[in-house]
Amino acid sequence: MTTNSPSKVHVTTTINGQQHELLVPGYMSLLDTLRELIGLTGTKEGCLDGNCGACTVSVDGRIVDSCLVLGAEVNGKVVDTIEGMATPEGLHPLQQAFLEEAALQCGICTPGFLVAAKGLLDNEPSPTEGRIRHWLAGNLCRCTGYDKIVRAVQKVSD
Amino acid sequence: MHPFAYVAPSTVAEAVAVLDEHGDRARPLAGGTDLLVKARANVWELDAVVDIKSIPELMKLSVGNDGLSIGAGVPCYQVYDNSEIAAEYPGIVDGVSIIGGIQIQSRAGLGGNLCNAAPSGDGIPSLIVHSAVAKIASVNGTREVAIEDFTTGPSRTVLKPGELLVSIEVPKPAANSGAAYTRFIPRNEMDIAVAGVGVFVQLDSSGKNFESARIALASVGPTPILASAAGDSLAGKPVNDETISAASALARDAATPITDMRGTVEQRKQLVEVLTGRMIKQAVERARG
Repeated sequence: MTTNSPSKVHVTTTINGQQHELLVPGYMSLLDTLRELIGLTGTKEGCLDGNCGACTVSVDGRIVDSCLVLGAEVNGKVVDTIEGMATPEGLHPLQQAFLEEAALQCGICTPGFLVAAKGLLDNEPSPTEGRIRHWLAGNLCRCTGYDKIVRAVQKVSD
Repeated sequence: MHPFAYVAPSTVAEAVAVLDEHGDRARPLAGGTDLLVKARANVWELDAVVDIKSIPELMKLSVGNDGLSIGAGVPCYQVYDNSEIAAEYPGIVDGVSIIGGIQIQSRAGLGGNLCNAAPSGDGIPSLIVHSAVAKIASVNGTREVAIEDFTTGPSRTVLKPGELLVSIEVPKPAANSGAAYTRFIPRNEMDIAVAGVGVFVQLDSSGKNFESARIALASVGPTPILASAAGDSLAGKPVNDETISAASALARDAATPITDMRGTVEQRKQLVEVLTGRMIKQAVERARG
């Protein structure tokens, strides 16, 4: 196992249902891998230290801050990003609810909130308001004051 | 960020060989929620990052008659999602449930919380009060260190360059015992403790008297602190307001906080006293089932 040069790592991963083979520099974040190597720029860079959640994606069904994951770490894993939420038939119900409830203003935090909220509802279809607020505590929004976001998520809850 | 190589060995032997080769220019990668922040801020300049999550031994989480074993790479959510751990080690679950938000808990774990050695590490006091032990490996073999001796200062531990935390071993609590941890933060979530207190109590079979107790403090000194005098003061004493107040005052004396952006010395000492009383009562409640 040679570690003398920071060589690239061969990564095979499934992103939004599609298999990708990549050569990723060992130190490149998953966020940069998605945005710069694959061109999936829907995932946003915010704080780069795990506070804001703007870069939230799902890895093997668990939400993570993609700025704090290395691209090399998703070898053999399933990654889902904001680009995978809508289908050709239409928006995901959460996206539709965010529009209807005006749960966004500038929009930078929105992909992260949507992926995080989907991560909750996929496993817990009927969360309480408290549970929604707890789950989304790792996502910051400086525009909406959160109430509209929480209402949008509640609208899609059972 | 200094460019580093990424390696993902599948055995402890391979991992410690790489760590040994690079000394302090290599680090093990568990959840990365501290490591990648420090690498990006150039606190650490690394040549190699050793992802430990392909090593089965470091990802093992087991709970049974011989206690709880937490592999160094096990993330928080796997600990709090385990109903057996929640039932037997509620104080540990209190800690892992409040480290970061959900995204962080998907990745961060007790192993990293311990090795990052923040005085405010919410996972550490409960490990201390449970008398947990760290299993460490290197090219020279293995050794064990009590958790209360593991951290030596902010971001400093007993780990020497080339050493790897393998697992945290927590003894099985005896009957009539209970534990609890809480912290004070001005927000509801996603914050760093102004002060934190973990308590473990062992009651007698009547549930009316303490047999023994251990109390540990976070964010009120350069490392998490085992407040021995406070815990020992409860041994053999009845469970009542007087004994609990006396132990809480001793915990306050054991705190050596500084004044910083999060709180003052006086506020932190006061918090330790109040939270110690509350956590003793909660641990007693849990011990009584």
